Amino acid sequence: MAHEPETAMIHGLMAEFDNPTDLVDAANSARLAGYTAMDAYTPFPIEELDDALGLKKNPLPLIILLGGIAGGTGGYFLEYWTQVITWPMNIGGRPFHSWPHFIPVTFECTVLVASFAAFIGMLALNGLPKPYHPVFNVPAFDRASRDRFFLCIEAADPRFDRHATESFLKDLHPLGVSEVAA
Amino acid sequence: MAQPQQPLQAPPEAGSMTAAHRELLARTPEVIAPGHSFGSVTDKVAGIVLTHRTPIGWFLGFGVAFLFLMVLNVTIVKLLFTGIGIWGNNIPVGWAFDIINFVWWIGIGHAGTLISAILLLFRQQWRTSINRFAEAMTLFAVACAAMFPLLHTGRPWLAAYWLFPYPNTMQLWPQFRSPLIWDVFAVTTYFTVSLLFWFTGLIPDLATLRDTAQSKFGQRTFGVLALGWRGSARHWQRYETIYLILAGLSTPLVLSVHTVVSFDFAVSNVPGWHATFFPPYFVAGAIYSGFAMVMTLAVPMRAAFKLDDLITMRHIHNMTKIMLATGMIVAYAYVNEVFYAWYSGNLYEQFMMQNRQTGPYGPFYWMLIAINACMIELFWFRKVRDNVVLLFILSLLVNVGMWLERFVIIVVSLHRDFLPSSWDMYAPTRWDFGMFTGTIGLFLSLFFLFVRLLPAISIFEVRTLVPEARLRHGGASAHPL
Repeated sequence: MAHEPETAMIHGLMAEFDNPTDLVDAANSARLAGYTAMDAYTPFPIEELDDALGLKKNPLPLIILLGGIAGGTGGYFLEYWTQVITWPMNIGGRPFHSWPHFIPVTFECTVLVASFAAFIGMLALNGLPKPYHPVFNVPAFDRASRDRFFLCIEAADPRFDRHATESFLKDLHPLGVSEVAA
Repeated sequence: MAQPQQPLQAPPEAGSMTAAHRELLARTPEVIAPGHSFGSVTDKVAGIVLTHRTPIGWFLGFGVAFLFLMVLNVTIVKLLFTGIGIWGNNIPVGWAFDIINFVWWIGIGHAGTLISAILLLFRQQWRTSINRFAEAMTLFAVACAAMFPLLHTGRPWLAAYWLFPYPNTMQLWPQFRSPLIWDVFAVTTYFTVSLLFWFTGLIPDLATLRDTAQSKFGQRTFGVLALGWRGSARHWQRYETIYLILAGLSTPLVLSVHTVVSFDFAVSNVPGWHATFFPPYFVAGAIYSGFAMVMTLAVPMRAAFKLDDLITMRHIHNMTKIMLATGMIVAYAYVNEVFYAWYSGNLYEQFMMQNRQTGPYGPFYWMLIAINACMIELFWFRKVRDNVVLLFILSLLVNVGMWLERFVIIVVSLHRDFLPSSWDMYAPTRWDFGMFTGTIGLFLSLFFLFVRLLPAISIFEVRTLVPEARLRHGGASAHPL
């Protein structure tokens, strides 16, 4: 928002809490106050934040399912193609397409590709690796990976106002509110 | 729904319980010692990596382990220059130390995945402070295991075309009807998925180390490894999704690995190998020996780094009970083997069992029965489960017993087969022992380095066990991963 120079320079405002209950309460209040562009930062996963922040379900289970299907069919096709088409061999009079023999490798390929889909999918959707992010500019943020809980309302939010949002956050009784440099 | 954090310490309907119940619950140790906060568990685990003085025992232990790692190097160089003729195995005993040690190591790895995946799905909170180092143990054990079949090929770089399907200039492909190829796929998949699971679990803790480290080098190294993790709620949501699904994928995977290993034997027609109950028998034995190794590592580790408030007697007790349960399954399989040898009415099966018990290698059979079927009955006694030093010794013996089991299955079945004129004895050479003790050196060296350089206990998961992690206004608690 170039016409508002005071908000153009910052990523958002961040409130710091020392326990998960206050953070979840604060996130609920912020959602009810109409804020949408916000995020919470915690040292361990807190299930209640999904609802408090209004997070949508993620598509990872579907991605992993597709990965598993691709792995399984790929593995089976590889076996079929090598054992039946390109290099058929008579092993104890068994048919070339002796499918029970192909199950273990099909299973392993399913799990392998599904796991890669899970790992890479999670990193990709999270936008990681990402060495720099504005929230790291807040000095107190070092403790987000330790024992502090943060709620950040971002400047991109349509309801964001440098002063109104700051007083809103202060009303939630945080340990402190800091500006997040962009 | 998440479970209450301390169901046994603060039962809501305490009034309705009998006195015997209350006494029993009072004797059950807690998952983590009381008095911990988010910060104190962080300092405790991160401190081992970042600030504490390294105990002198670490240098001694690592020194000895490193010495044996050098033995491994010498053995491998000798092997690659000379060939596998330096080993003792020869027809009729074509498989010996190489496969015994392979099965032994890969079995040990299974406990790590059981703790990290299966116990996660069953919401066993006590797994939380032992899963990280048990998973590391899995990775190191599988690395040791994979070395044996690879080096058994003599020149692994020439064996690649029949191990892995890749378009080669000879236009040859692996034989997918062979259990040995299933093994290649099972073990490589197992290692890869375990590595992904382990690293996924490490990411938030690496971020903790990045934010806690004082030195520039530490901040940079852990910063790169943490991939920029910042604990965002959006990230945690996706993270939890894949953590659970990876656990779900690892669960059938870990059962499949030792199943496929047992197919290496069961698909053949050698008496003593050709048995349909091998897969569950092998999987139970794997978990049994794996928990023995977790115990072997946990007891000195919690003493050296004073971790007994995070790895409590609750863990020790539960691990002992799992060893007892799986050990009894293994003992049941021993009884089954004897029964089927008799019930089959097959001359060769009957001779195989008679040769196991009274043949030249008979004492090994009776030693494994003494350990795996008789000695583990000690775990029924609470006094034994409370004695950490005794448990350490017994778990070492379990490792010996399980090694002997594989020796008996592999060597004793092969050395006297269908045709008496081809019978022969097997004796390992010094290079067999060099290779075996060398992999123990590799395993322990890696483990010593891991304990010193990475958080050996999952910090972010232990934080969820701290009472403050529960939300105050009733409702569900913080998600106990």
